Order: sequence, then C-alpha cells, then structure tokens
Amino acid sequence: MLSKKNKEALFNPLSKDNPVLVQILGICSTLAVTASLKPAIVMGIAVIAVLAFSNVIISLIRTTIPTTIRIIVQLVVVAALVIIVQQFLVAYTYDVSKQLSVFIGLIITNCILMGRLEAFALNNRPWPAFLDGIGNGLGYTAILVIVAFFRELLGSGTLLGCHVIPQWCYDHGYENNGLMILPPMALITVACIIWVHRARNKELQELN
Amino acid sequence: MNKNSNIYQIVYASVMVLVVGVALAFIYMALKPKQDVNIANDKRSQILASLHIVAPSEGELPATYEKYVTRDLLVDREGNIVDSTRNVAFEVDMKKNIKLAEADRQLPVLECTLDDGSKKYVIPVRGAGLWGPIWGFVAVDADGSTIYGANFSHEGETPGLGARITEDEFQQQFAGKQVFKEGAFKSVSVMKKGQVPSNGSDHVDAISGATITSRGVGAMMQTCIAPYEPFLKKLSGATANPS
Repeated sequence: MLSKKNKEALFNPLSKDNPVLVQILGICSTLAVTASLKPAIVMGIAVIAVLAFSNVIISLIRTTIPTTIRIIVQLVVVAALVIIVQQFLVAYTYDVSKQLSVFIGLIITNCILMGRLEAFALNNRPWPAFLDGIGNGLGYTAILVIVAFFRELLGSGTLLGCHVIPQWCYDHGYENNGLMILPPMALITVACIIWVHRARNKELQELN
Repeated sequence: MNKNSNIYQIVYASVMVLVVGVALAFIYMALKPKQDVNIANDKRSQILASLHIVAPSEGELPATYEKYVTRDLLVDREGNIVDSTRNVAFEVDMKKNIKLAEADRQLPVLECTLDDGSKKYVIPVRGAGLWGPIWGFVAVDADGSTIYGANFSHEGETPGLGARITEDEFQQQFAGKQVFKEGAFKSVSVMKKGQVPSNGSDHVDAISGATITSRGVGAMMQTCIAPYEPFLKKLSGATANPS
C-alpha cells in the first residue's frame, strides 16, 4: 500500500516538493482566496478532491491518450469533474456552493492540476497518482491556510470571522492594516514563506 | 494501433466529448429538481433575512415564509396595485426583469406582517458588482420611507472584499435610513468612510478595498427603488391620514 515511492508521492509535496513554494504553481488562486481563512480552507478541500480524482482518471486512461491531444484530454477531464462537483454541491449542500461560487472556476485554471497530470498521472499507476494528488492538494492547502491566517489576522483583526484582537488594542490606537487585504500582500507573504522555507532547506537554494 | 494517427485522434476526441457531454447532461437533469428547490428556498431565506427573520430550520423555511409574507403585489408606475395573486411577486425573475426596458419592468413587492402586526414592504433589487450580478431585498416600513432591513447577495464578488456585502456588519447599516428626504426620493448612498453625499441623502459606509462593488450597491438601490416612488408615497399617505 505505502511503499517508499508511494510515501514520497504523498509526503514530498508537503515540504521538499511543495507545489506553491518549490514548484511555484497555483500562485493565482493563492492571491485570490487568502483574504480570509474560511474560503482558503474550503478552496483547499475542493482542490484536494478534484486533484485526487482527476489524477486517478488520467492515470487509468493514460495508455490510450494520444500524446498530441493529451492537454485537451486533461482539460476536459478536469472541467467535467469540476462541473460535476459543483452540480452536486448545489443540489445537496447549497450553502457551501454559495461560498465556493468563484473558486470552482478557479480550480479549473489552477496550474497545480495540469502540472500534476502532466508530470505524474501520465506516467504512473492509479494508486500512486491518487496519493500524489492528495499530497499536492495538502501541500497547497497548507500554504493557503498559512497565508490566509496572517492576512485575515493583520488585515481584519479576525480569524474565521471571530474577532481575536481585543478591543483595548483598538482603543489604544491599533489599526487593522488594510493593505493586508489587497492581493499584493499575498505575494509578499508567500515570498516570506518561501524565504523561510529555503533558509531551512539549504538543498533547495539555487546556486549561481 | 498507431495512437498518433489522425483517425485515432479524431475518434478519441469525439468519443471523449460524447461520453463527457452525455454524463454531464444526465447529472444535470437528475439534480435539477433538487437544485430548483434549493434556489427557491434560498430566495425565501434572503427575503426573510431582510426582515431580520431566520427560519428555525431548513425544513421549516417554506412554512416560516408563508407565515410572514402575507401578500404578493405587483404595482404599476402610478403606485396602484395591479395584481395580488399568491406568489406572483415571488416568482418574478429579477434577472430577466432587469434586462427589460425600464417602462416594461414589473414592480414586485412582498407585503409582510411581523409578529407585532406591523407591515413591511420588501422590494427586490438587482444590479452589477465588479465581477457579476449582485442582488438583494430591501424591507421598507409602512411609512414608505424608513428602511427596516436589507439583505444582499452576489454571484462572484471577491471573497474578503466585495463579497462582504453579504455580511451583517454592512447590511445592518441600512436599517433606519430614509429613502425620502423632505418629500423627495433620495436613495441611500454608499460612501467612502468619512465622506458625505452632496445631495443630502442618507448614506452608509462602503467596504474598503471594494469600491466598485460598493458603488454597485448604491446604484442598485437608486435605480431599482426609484420606480416605486409613487407606491411608497401612497404608503406614507395612507399611514399619515388613515381613512
């Protein structure tokens, strides 16, 4: 079940091969949905699900796909999965679907999906592909949550919508930093995380 | 078989599109009835939210709605009631309605009776945000001027920015504002914090970082409530001199 190689597929993306920090994939949605914590978590869960299943499907049909149109095939699979997920959400959990609204579309354009389908699912059996999908989804979610944590805390003074910065701070002149809410601060936060990550993992540093 | 021959590719692509298309159509058809129920219930809960009413549970939502929303009205541009069949106002599709020329638009109003017997009039509004449509329901007191409550929704505004129009903090600002100032219709403006509208209308604070969505809310309140001016005036006349 979990051979050494499979373990690598599952756990490497959490840190050493993180899709956001190391592969620099999925940056656009990292900017878009991290203004507060809740959408970041929901987006993370949705990406984990779609990534795992599209990896499995592509891996199952990988021997039949003509190489010249493989990108189109991958895109169709991802888009179909996303639409199916959306339809089920609207029918069974309407509230969640309202929160997800735009993120569903963002999943289709998430570079992590195409990246993993190209790099992994096309050359591997379904089970490792499934683990790779879960691992990369988790790695992506982790970064999203960290960025959203700082942006929501410093930008709005809340976490998951609850006020955490006590009122006396505001009384003494503390102000929420409105800049944190804006997309550029997401880039800077991600850059800081990459900085810390590379400082701790010397082998990832480029030498030139 | 040669996987890169033209025939194989064309057949592969066609079969794939057919399979996916049929599967999606089937799923859509199978889930449609359930989705329609959800969407109608969501509209009911938005209408109730503008009256500060929350149904005790999802199952009781239709019953709660029936209890409080006592009459459906369609009014004309002179403020006369032209139709009051049950659900006639509820079923007006605002998405289509707003696309019609202004003179052809239907003007639905939901007459609601609260627990204390007071009457509120809920007016649906719809407009454009930054990325897509925004809409909402505005409940007006029986005096035809004081806003009792407002509820806004959106399709795809930026989470954490424009999407915050759905939050209580923003919506609660509308309660108590007047849409008439000294007898003239002046819709509630949405202004940047600290600024005051030049026409002397009541105003609420915009959401910082979401200028276009905030403006959209202001514009939507203006354009969608303005046609109701005669109706609202009649309301205020009726409460001022009960006859």
